[in-house]
Amino acid sequence: MIDFEPSEEQALIIETVRQFAENEIRPVSREADEAAAPPATVLEAAHELGLVANGLPEAQGGGGDRSAMTGALIAEELGWGDLAIALSILSPGLVGFPVADFGSESQQNQILPGLVGDRFVPGSLAITEPRFDFDAFHPQTTAKRDGDEFILDGSKCQVPWIDGGEHVVVIATDDHGLAAFLIDRSADGLSAEPERKLGIEGLPTAELTLSGVRIDASARLDAGDTEIRRLIDRGRIALAAAAIGTARAAFELARDYAKERETFGQPIATRQAIAFKIADMAIEIDGARLLVWEAAVAIDKGRDATRLARLAYDQTTRISLVVGDGAVQVFGGHGYIRDYLPELHLRNLAGLASFETLALV
Amino acid sequence: MPIDFDLSEGSKVSQSHYHVVAQEQMRPHARKYDLQEHDLPTEWVDYWWNEGRRGPKDKSAHANDGFVTVCLQAEELCWGDAGLYLRMPTPALGGSAVSSAGTKEQQQRFMAPFRKEGGHPIWGAMAITEPQAGSDAAAIETTADFDPDTEEWILNGIKIFCTAGEGASTVDGGFVVVWATIDRDAGRGGIKSFVVPANTPGMELIGCEKKHGIRASDTATLRFENCRVAKENLLGSAEVKKKGPSKTGDKGFKGAMATFDASRPIVAAMATGIGRAALDFLKEELERQGVTIRYDVAPRELTAIERDVMEMEAELQAARLLTWRAAWMMNTGKRNNLEASMAKAKAGLAVTKITQKAVQILGPVGYSKKILVEKWMRDAKINDIYEGTQQINQLIVARRILDYPSAMLR
Repeated sequence: MIDFEPSEEQALIIETVRQFAENEIRPVSREADEAAAPPATVLEAAHELGLVANGLPEAQGGGGDRSAMTGALIAEELGWGDLAIALSILSPGLVGFPVADFGSESQQNQILPGLVGDRFVPGSLAITEPRFDFDAFHPQTTAKRDGDEFILDGSKCQVPWIDGGEHVVVIATDDHGLAAFLIDRSADGLSAEPERKLGIEGLPTAELTLSGVRIDASARLDAGDTEIRRLIDRGRIALAAAAIGTARAAFELARDYAKERETFGQPIATRQAIAFKIADMAIEIDGARLLVWEAAVAIDKGRDATRLARLAYDQTTRISLVVGDGAVQVFGGHGYIRDYLPELHLRNLAGLASFETLALV
Repeated sequence: MPIDFDLSEGSKVSQSHYHVVAQEQMRPHARKYDLQEHDLPTEWVDYWWNEGRRGPKDKSAHANDGFVTVCLQAEELCWGDAGLYLRMPTPALGGSAVSSAGTKEQQQRFMAPFRKEGGHPIWGAMAITEPQAGSDAAAIETTADFDPDTEEWILNGIKIFCTAGEGASTVDGGFVVVWATIDRDAGRGGIKSFVVPANTPGMELIGCEKKHGIRASDTATLRFENCRVAKENLLGSAEVKKKGPSKTGDKGFKGAMATFDASRPIVAAMATGIGRAALDFLKEELERQGVTIRYDVAPRELTAIERDVMEMEAELQAARLLTWRAAWMMNTGKRNNLEASMAKAKAGLAVTKITQKAVQILGPVGYSKKILVEKWMRDAKINDIYEGTQQINQLIVARRILDYPSAMLR
């Protein structure tokens, strides 16, 4: 039955996360971007909300409440705070969810309790590769079987790499297609070079070089082509949802500024060129959000959501750039200055065209 | 209830039923009445009157999705043919006005003939627009003066762009709801609606337009010259609301505008049907030529056509979901002024782009009258214009999100 209303429980979660975003994330948004790192305090404070832990299995101490739809609602509010900090906060899920879905019992018992414990433990997932024609479903990082081991070779980029993280899930191609490996960040042959980016600087990322990294065969998660494509679909939903939040933040900035700023004796919001630009932002954000929700609900119903996730992600990518650019434009000269947030949101949202699996639901 | 995008059983029954109607009763005549634009499409009109208006045979108590289900009907039938859809013998917007602003007696009097079995098809229509007043509905100049001796209102003026105006003005049993002012000085406060039965002396059908699209629809010019209607045909009260802060109660101008919150989602759904017709055909034609849309291929590997089609699909679905949201809000009586305008603005724009792009992608095949794609492009464009232009809807959205009264943002 058609319904657009979050449940009471979801409404409470939204309100909680929104307050957190307002009070804890927003005040440190600019500083995290300038420092290219999120303050540890905001990560610890977010960890206490249990946003990722809630979706991890009960057997290892999680909430056992895994829902792509709820995850999308959470991601949007976090993104409304700040996209980079949102992704940092959600990073434990990059290890947690693949291990929960495809890890052996031993891997689950080894990894998951740490993610639902007292401390914030950053997660990491390496999928994107530094090539313009990167294809998430056909990575060029290889995993060659050698007896009881695999040997990994390749390059990865845009890999979340927050201090204090221990593991990274590496997506590679083995003899059968897509494969995922749970690796120590300190593994031999794995080197990490910190990256500077156009945006999401508040999410520290690294370019990884894997040179003959030898790992035990048991490090391979029990996931093949089909399962990892599903994982990538979930990643697109998470990212699109967070981006919708950021786009919404940019739109609100533009709206509020336009009502204050005067030209020729009147607020610029009274000029159609500005008012319509802002109205279009609102319409496009609402439209893209519903596509993301539709994909999220399909995932929760166990359906193949590749097409829906793709369409939702691409639509979000398109409109986010327009919204981000539009917000800078509405701010005029001030939009160009780093004292104001629109330029930060634009830089963050411009990355959607290349991002892949920077968060999961 | 959790957020959900699955249609209920009742919606699916309705959707498949109307899809078949569209396929079998509309598509076969679509090109004919596009070419013969001033002929009455009797095949369709008679079908609808004698059979179609009864709805699906399966009347079992399946739960449906309320106004979303109504949108599905509009989408399917406009997937069939938007022009023929507008030619349906039905009360249409005239009926909406009577239903929302009329007394029980008026509703019975004017709407009962449409529920009658047998007889001949009849139409309802609404006449608002004039040569000098479209978006600015408050600027209409058609007057209504009261004759206390006969207790009749006397209408004088010209109405243009009246959909179903030929049927509604000339076929006994039907009616035209006409907006007229009873006090020019009072601005919108003086605007009232009058039900003018078909063939009332003084109401004259001047002719029908030759249009870019929806050519099967009779878009009429009506002249009112000392056209007398009984005082019982006034919808709402005769009280003139002087300029000043509006009060609740009288259905008047604001009430009339509020009915657009209910009709905008339907119009958005109609647009969606046309857009889908073009997209469905495009994908089928591409498949026939060995081109499939690969949703799992990296962006750089996609052909330009695949990227275009995927964008068209996303745009159409965004429009559809915004429409469903606006309709769903009506199920629980929520005010949906903002959401209805968002849906209409998005749908009108999206299907204009989608249908234009479909013609472009199909090259000379898309340009030819041998297939319907070029017609759908022409049919789609009106959705960007009527029932509130895209720009008017953007204005409504802007005012709502900026929290500006109309005086602040023109």
